[in-house]
Amino acid sequence: MTKAAKPLDNPIPSSSQLAEGHLLGIEGLNPLEIGYLLDKAEGYVDHNRQVDKKLDILKGRTQINLFYENSTRTRASFELAGKRMGADVINMAVEGSSIKKGETLIDTAMTLNAMQPDILVVRHDQSGAVNLLAQKVDGAVINGGDGSHEHPTQALLDALTIRRRKGTLSGLTVAICGDIAHSRVARSNIHLLNIMGAQVRLIGPPTLVPKSFERMGLEVHHDMRKGLKDVDIVMMLRLQMERMQGSYVPSTNEYFHFWGLDYEKLSAAKPDAMIMHPGPMNRGVEIATDVADDIDRSAIREQVEMGVAVRMACLEVLCAQRQAS
Amino acid sequence: MSSLPNSGLKAFVNARLMDPASDLDVAGGLIVKDGKISDVAPGLFADGAPKGAEVIDCEGHLLAPGLIDARAYLGEPGQEQKETMATASQAAAAGGITTIAAMASTDPCIDEVALVQYITRRARDTAIVNVVPTACVTRGRRGEEITEMGMLAEAGAVAFSDGHRAIGSPQVMRRALAYATGWDLLVIQHPEEPSMAASGAMNAGEMSTRLGIPGVPSIAEVMMVERDLRLVEMTGGRYHAACISTKASIDVIRQAKDKGLPVTCSAAAHHFALNELAVGEYRTFTKVSPPLRSEEDRLAVVAGLADGAIDCIVSDHSPHDQEAKRLPFAQAADGAIGLQTVLPLALELHHTKQVPLMRLLDALTRAPAKMLGLSSGRLAAGAPADLVLINLDMPWRITESMFLSRSKNSAFEDRPAQGRAIRTIVAGETVFDLSET
Repeated sequence: MTKAAKPLDNPIPSSSQLAEGHLLGIEGLNPLEIGYLLDKAEGYVDHNRQVDKKLDILKGRTQINLFYENSTRTRASFELAGKRMGADVINMAVEGSSIKKGETLIDTAMTLNAMQPDILVVRHDQSGAVNLLAQKVDGAVINGGDGSHEHPTQALLDALTIRRRKGTLSGLTVAICGDIAHSRVARSNIHLLNIMGAQVRLIGPPTLVPKSFERMGLEVHHDMRKGLKDVDIVMMLRLQMERMQGSYVPSTNEYFHFWGLDYEKLSAAKPDAMIMHPGPMNRGVEIATDVADDIDRSAIREQVEMGVAVRMACLEVLCAQRQAS
Repeated sequence: MSSLPNSGLKAFVNARLMDPASDLDVAGGLIVKDGKISDVAPGLFADGAPKGAEVIDCEGHLLAPGLIDARAYLGEPGQEQKETMATASQAAAAGGITTIAAMASTDPCIDEVALVQYITRRARDTAIVNVVPTACVTRGRRGEEITEMGMLAEAGAVAFSDGHRAIGSPQVMRRALAYATGWDLLVIQHPEEPSMAASGAMNAGEMSTRLGIPGVPSIAEVMMVERDLRLVEMTGGRYHAACISTKASIDVIRQAKDKGLPVTCSAAAHHFALNELAVGEYRTFTKVSPPLRSEEDRLAVVAGLADGAIDCIVSDHSPHDQEAKRLPFAQAADGAIGLQTVLPLALELHHTKQVPLMRLLDALTRAPAKMLGLSSGRLAAGAPADLVLINLDMPWRITESMFLSRSKNSAFEDRPAQGRAIRTIVAGETVFDLSET
């Protein structure tokens, strides 16, 4: 084996952040780029169902997962994706690290950068923190979720899930329900669905779905039955507990009564409407248990499966991009 | 009353019909069937009432929609020694009021669905006029967390208010107004900057200086109204400033309406009938919140009523027993009873030609009905037969012995009056008849 890494597919020409070798958000990507990432990911879905999942496409590359916020599924998903692609993966959790000792974000970035990682997957509780970090490191940065800003791989895995079930994204009507104001998942999905030609409706209480979203060209509904009318996809969002005690929403009881997804409200949607949730779910708060567990309607577990394939594709495409440039 | 063969039918004949909702002021008649108005027309029954109908001869008096009082404290639950729905509703009926919006500042306060249902049940079982519940904006009226406004509205709350306690935190008010837009609910503010008003017991001015009583500056009101109007502009929430009392706040509300903001306000009868001089020798029955203001402010309230800047007239009925009022002025409870005096005090403005009669009735019928989303407050086929027959000119004197409320803390005892309700009808049934008292 030579020291030079294996040549990779040359990705599509691009003028966006992908060209700079980062995936910081969906905003600014074009339909070709998104389609390319989804096509790549599609190829890994079947691969991941095999017994031997190990590839050597990213052999020799180093991937650091830097998580400033707790995460189970996203971190595990990125870790598995990196390992299956053949990269060496380490996880850095903030708990017990020097960050807790007061190191600044940029100092941490410079320190890690000195170790020559090829890929940094970063999650941070502050919007924009991942963009800031990306300016300071040489490797590829993937946004694993920053504050209330973006969570691009979640939107891509949602898109892959939809595309596999419905055949296309274009022309679908998608309702995103819940705490839109604070959701990075919602923002990334809004961008992606807009770019790919789907109609997006936002549903939730006025305190969590402010009218300002209408300026992004979206329909805003506070009445869930009206909002769900004839939609193809229902995306539920997690409601953070601390928002439910009278500040944004008076109680979980009232929230579920008006905005929790149950069969009664779901009946307004198309008969074959698909239900999605990025997890983790609050059963009985934003979604009724029987709806969440409905194997004919709910794609919630499929979303998790698609997550690994999508992240494998993102790792591959970013590394290829860096190698090409 | 005799029971006739066609006894569901009642004909009000020989009336001066006056209905602000349809801008009607005409001699005519009105027919009631099954508790609803079935027909109203000029000249109706000129050639005799329908056969079998019970006929009520109005003798040319004014027949108007029953009055709607958007702000009254009814004592239940928790302060039954001061007032009950039964006694308050009798007082209301005697005052020509057919619907009361019950304030939510009871004990416990109305901040849960079960309590809204309690009010509705108690009203059905004990009140002789309609009582519609309001609910709190914040839990426990603490001004911190919003209540389950959606479910409270589904249970029947017609509006949201923390009673005589202002929602102090702008962030909480912002959330409440924003949240309320989900169902187009009405948020009612007690417009008083709480820290400015905290230590005051009457209007700050020469009178309070003379009496040595800590004052509530009048700007405490306009500060709160101005703050809230910014939040209304931001959120689009439907907002009502209750019992406004100063020229400055009336002016800013007038401007907000010109801008098209969803804003309404009301005035309590004592704020257009009295000024701070009524405090006199520390008369605690004149201690109200917001306090009685200067003569300039009082005249501004009258002008605001006349031009419609002030939408509604309310009683702000606040019954208190002697234990709460026989105290040094600053320690006495705020509030005065008002259900039986709203109408005669409003009619004073008609007799003095300061406010047109149609506008006064509008402020007592159509305007509060619209604000609270009620189907009453108008003389129209299909509307509830809630009516009041008013003798506009009858001279009389307000006396303690006539008060039907359990508490007698009126600021208007011994005041001469001109005009009063002589018959009050709720859902077609007479609940008050002066000739029988």
